[in-house]
Amino acid sequence: MPLRARVATSVSRTAAALSRAAGRGDGSVIGGWIGLKIEPELLRHLAVGRRIALVSGTNGKTTTTRLSAAAVAVAGRVATNSYGANMPTGHTSALAKAGTTPYAVLEVDEHYLPQVIGATDAEVVALLNLSRDQLDRAKEVAMMAQLWRQCLAAHPAVRVIANADDPMVVWAAHAATAVTWFSAGQRWTDDSWVCPACGAHIAREEADSGGLPPAGPGDWRCTGCDLRRPTPQWSVEDDGIVGPDGRWHKVALQLPGRVNLGNAATALALADAFDVRPERAVPKLAEVTSIAGRYAVVERDGRRIRLLLAKNPASWLEAFDMATPAPTLLSINARDPDGLDTSWLFDVDFAPLRGRELLITGDRAYDLAVRLTVNDVPFRHVPTFAEAVTGVPAGPLEVIANYTAFQDIRAELDRVL
Amino acid sequence: MSSDSTLRLVWVYPDLLSTYGDRGNLLILAHRAAARGFPVEAVQVRSDQALPESADIYLLGGGEDGPQSLAADRMTADGGLHRAVERGSVVFAVCAGYQILGHSFSARGASCPGLGLLDLRSDRDPQRAVGELAGTVDRQLGLPTLTGFENHGGRTALGPGCAPLAHVTAGVGNDGRTEGAWHGKVLGTYAHGPALARNPALADLLLRWATGAAALDPVDDTWPERLRGQRLAAVGAA
Ligand SMILES: [Zn+2]
Repeated sequence: MPLRARVATSVSRTAAALSRAAGRGDGSVIGGWIGLKIEPELLRHLAVGRRIALVSGTNGKTTTTRLSAAAVAVAGRVATNSYGANMPTGHTSALAKAGTTPYAVLEVDEHYLPQVIGATDAEVVALLNLSRDQLDRAKEVAMMAQLWRQCLAAHPAVRVIANADDPMVVWAAHAATAVTWFSAGQRWTDDSWVCPACGAHIAREEADSGGLPPAGPGDWRCTGCDLRRPTPQWSVEDDGIVGPDGRWHKVALQLPGRVNLGNAATALALADAFDVRPERAVPKLAEVTSIAGRYAVVERDGRRIRLLLAKNPASWLEAFDMATPAPTLLSINARDPDGLDTSWLFDVDFAPLRGRELLITGDRAYDLAVRLTVNDVPFRHVPTFAEAVTGVPAGPLEVIANYTAFQDIRAELDRVL
Repeated sequence: MSSDSTLRLVWVYPDLLSTYGDRGNLLILAHRAAARGFPVEAVQVRSDQALPESADIYLLGGGEDGPQSLAADRMTADGGLHRAVERGSVVFAVCAGYQILGHSFSARGASCPGLGLLDLRSDRDPQRAVGELAGTVDRQLGLPTLTGFENHGGRTALGPGCAPLAHVTAGVGNDGRTEGAWHGKVLGTYAHGPALARNPALADLLLRWATGAAALDPVDDTWPERLRGQRLAAVGAA
């Protein structure tokens, strides 16, 4: 590594450590930011000599990155950005902090994927899904798919691992030379009614104009062109995962929900690209507990509080699937990191929450209150998280919150990890 | 309303015009109608299906440039919405759907023909309007302050054949001065997505237009009123 890059790496580590010592977060952004100021090519220098996998998509990237890093660690030490700092500053900081490692698995914000593929010369890229997120500023879904498609066409050496259930991802991944398909399921389909290739309707149940129906649940095909669901090599079956050789592996995760089995399937496919076979990877997946507070269970005054993060309509649907039928608190904010627009509340059907004790709080609880009223879901408004805790009987309390609401609650629970 | 007294709501082309919780307006109208005891039938009509001509209220949502121009082309070719308006049906459109109702709008750098159901033309401004929107509603409509969230790059010029829905007190709307437009029973706004969530009186106006009722039974609006109060206070318009 050139001297300038070495100095930048050292300063970046020091800044991150100082930031942590000062109690200003984990330092993964500030460290990388300072390093890149000194040496703009620092990420490129730090990437040299490592086999790198990137994980991107609207939802599940933090969890999938964590599971993938655990699986790849079977083969050797892995550098990873485990706190969701998923832009180049975070990648720089993660690699600087890890020192020399044979592998890196990095979570990448969807918008930054082309830039980070270019800077890191990544060998493997996992594409999870694309759906609406942070409505007031995110790129439109079709534009994101187009951005990915162009970037994969420009990097033909990249091996892509892609979700066969998401038409937007499939269309983008078709630009790559080598693709391994996984099936992680897709509860949310409202952003892929229209074919990104030809604009025709995408059929999920009914027969298309040629009379050919999709083969079964989860299958899809375009009614206007030949875009259709590819046959996945990795898929979830019961409480396990089937690999390309047809063998079924039981996967006992500590993380809840079918969505996390899908994330595990992605992690196994990614590890396999680095020659880590599922037999050896599966036990490592079972060791992952909570991820930056997500899925964590905290005891407080006799209540067992479990935290679920839901950032956008697709992830709300998954959270409802994970939440047990216990008293449930929903907390909604609309601060800058959440997106300022709460319109998405009407994209989510809250009906699965009917019949349980439901409490709501957060800066934008009134938006949620109107939504729940229209949805015929009874609820009780509480001004604070503390009042929610004391307002339910001893026992489990499920908490589903969007980004800053989740962070607020984590802070109240003393930064549970 | 039709002879069997069922209120029929149509969400036009949710496959093309549905970006920001647009389903909300359909759900809110259905909910408020049901609360008054009207039987309600709500249907979603995809862009490869024919539009019914005899429904009571048609809803148009927001959309990206490509789907917006495609939706306008298909609605023009279909002709169902024009015939419905001639029969006196109600149309409520937000954002891209609102622009489609005019003579022309801008998408992907080109001017596209709209439906001409409102006398207005929309263009593109390099400065996107994103944020809270509020305005004093046209006195003829007899509604309280409009509140909403806008996110669009459009600028809309109204012709003499329609009136502004509101005069802007916060945000941009059509051009920083007026917001939205209405004529007859066709009404459009830049307050996007579930605009009726914050404007229950506007929802009831659409229901009164559709049913011909001079007044509707009151419903419990505790939460919409609290939401309105909070959002209007946030822009200093309370
Ligand atoms: Zn197609």
